[in-house]
Amino acid sequence: MQRYSGFGLVKHALSHHENWQRQWRNPTPKKAYDVIIVGGGGHGLGTAYYLAKEFGVKNVAVIEKGWLGGGNTARNTTIVRSNYLWDEAAALYEHSMKLWEGLSQDLNYNVMFSQRGVLNLGHTLQDMRDIQRRVNANRLNGIDGEVLDAKGVQELVPIMDCSKNARYPVLGASWQPRAGVARHDAVAWGFARAADAHGVDILQQTEVTGFKIRDGQVYGVHTNRGDIEAKTVGCVAAGNSGVLAGMAGIKLPLESHPLQALVSEPLKPVLDTVVMSNHVHGYISQSDKGDLVIGAGIDGYNGYGQRGSYPTVEHTLQAIVEMFPIFSRVRMNRQWGGIVDTCPDACPILSKTKVKGLYFNCGWGTGGFKATPGSAHVFAASLAKGEMHPIAAPFSIDRFNTGALIDEHGAAGVAH
Amino acid sequence: MLYIHCPYCGELREEEEFHPKGQAHIARPLDPDACSDEEWGDYLFFRDNPRGIHHELWVHAVGCRKFFNVTRHTVTYEILETYRMGEQPTITAEHPEGRPSRDAADQASLREGVRA
Repeated sequence: MQRYSGFGLVKHALSHHENWQRQWRNPTPKKAYDVIIVGGGGHGLGTAYYLAKEFGVKNVAVIEKGWLGGGNTARNTTIVRSNYLWDEAAALYEHSMKLWEGLSQDLNYNVMFSQRGVLNLGHTLQDMRDIQRRVNANRLNGIDGEVLDAKGVQELVPIMDCSKNARYPVLGASWQPRAGVARHDAVAWGFARAADAHGVDILQQTEVTGFKIRDGQVYGVHTNRGDIEAKTVGCVAAGNSGVLAGMAGIKLPLESHPLQALVSEPLKPVLDTVVMSNHVHGYISQSDKGDLVIGAGIDGYNGYGQRGSYPTVEHTLQAIVEMFPIFSRVRMNRQWGGIVDTCPDACPILSKTKVKGLYFNCGWGTGGFKATPGSAHVFAASLAKGEMHPIAAPFSIDRFNTGALIDEHGAAGVAH
Repeated sequence: MLYIHCPYCGELREEEEFHPKGQAHIARPLDPDACSDEEWGDYLFFRDNPRGIHHELWVHAVGCRKFFNVTRHTVTYEILETYRMGEQPTITAEHPEGRPSRDAADQASLREGVRA
C-alpha cells in the first residue's frame, strides 16, 4: 500500500495527481476463505481489517451486494459519542470511542474525526434528572461528561434559543466534550484500503443468495458469482439482516425502519458542536463543507424503501426551528433515507447463532455509525477465537429469551 | 404521504392521523404461565420483518381512535388493503393477488373500497 503523507501530496502534485494508486483491488472470488464477512459497510470492512491486522486471519473476503459503504454508513448523520447509560453499552461505545481517537493514524486515512462535543438537551425536569443520572453513570464508567445549565448551554451555542419564552425551554444539557463527528465515507474507504493492504478480498456487486449449511455447521455461501466456502461467516448487513437470517432459518428480533436525514445549503460557520434534543426530537451539526446535517426519528412503520416520508421531514424541521429560530429560512439541499434494523431494547446484537460458525452483528438501529471501529474490533476478536469477546458477550441474541435486556431506550439521548 | 382508508370511518385520510403499531395478528398465549422462556421471548420480541407484503396494526389516533389492520408492501409502501380487527387479510404473501373470497363479508368489504 502506498502510504499517504504530506510529502506524497506534494510529489503527486508534480504529476497532476494522475498517478495515485487504486485504493483497493477488485479481485475475482477465490473458491474458499477462512472467514467471509457479508456486508461491505463500515462495520463489515472494519471487522475484516481487524481480523487481518490484529488476529492474524488474512484469508478473508468481504461480500457486498452493492458498493462499499452504500448503505447506512453513507446515510447517517456521522455523530460519534459514548454517553450511554448501562455498563454493557457504555463499555462497547467507549471501546469504540477510544479506537476513533487513533483511527486516522491507524488506517493512514483521514477520517476527519472532529471531537467538537455533543450536547443532549433537557427540556423538562424529568429530562434533567435523567441527564444527571446518565452523566453520573458515565463518569463512574470513565466516560467524560458534564451537566450544564441553560446558561452553560447558551455560552456553548450562542445561536440557540435558550430563553424562557420558548415553547419547550432549554433547562440544561449533558455535554460530552470528547464526542464529535467523523467523515462517514472516509471510514468505509479507510477500512477498505487498509484491509485490502492486509490481503483481504473485497468483492463488490456480489450478492449472497443463501447459506451452505450441513449438520448445523455453515460451510459457505451461495452468491450470484458462484459458491464461496468458509467455515466462519459473519453477517453485518444492517437493515437486511433479517432477510439474511431468514436464508439460514434464523429469526431475529429486528424490525427494519426507514430513518432519514437531510442537509441544508452550505452556510458560513455558525454551529461548532453537535446539538441533540430528545424532547423536541431532532439533532443537528454543521459539516466542514458548511451544510447543516439534520436528523430525527425513524418512520414508525416497517420499510425497506431507503426513503423517508414527508411528515417526518416536517416534524424534524419543526424541532430544529424550535431550537434554532435563526435557521427558519435555511433551504434544504438533499434528503435521504437509510434502513435501520431496530432491536426491542435499542441495543445491538453481536451473537453466535444456532448454526455453528454463523455469526450476526446487527440491530444497531439508529446509532451504529459511532460504534463502527469498536463493533468491528470486538466482532473480529469473536470470529477469530470462536468465542464472543467479553464486551460483545452481553449482546447475545439469547437475551430476548433470558430477559437480560440492556434497555437503552431514551437513556442515551435522541438517537435511541 | 400515505393515504390510509380507515375501515371504521370509511374514509381515505392522511397518514398523519394514524400511528403504526407493529405486526398484526399476534395472539396472546392462552396460558402465559405455561410458556417457556423461549415461547414468552418469541411472543414479546420476535416479529416478522419481511421485505414485501406485511400485515400490520394501525390506530386512527386523531380520528375514531380505533385499531385496524393494514396489508402493506414494505418496499413500495403501497397499501394493498385495510380491514377491521378480527378479520383476516385477503392479500397475503402466498396470494399477492388476493385469495378468492369465501364469504359475503369479504365481498362487502371489497365493494366498500377497503382495498384503498
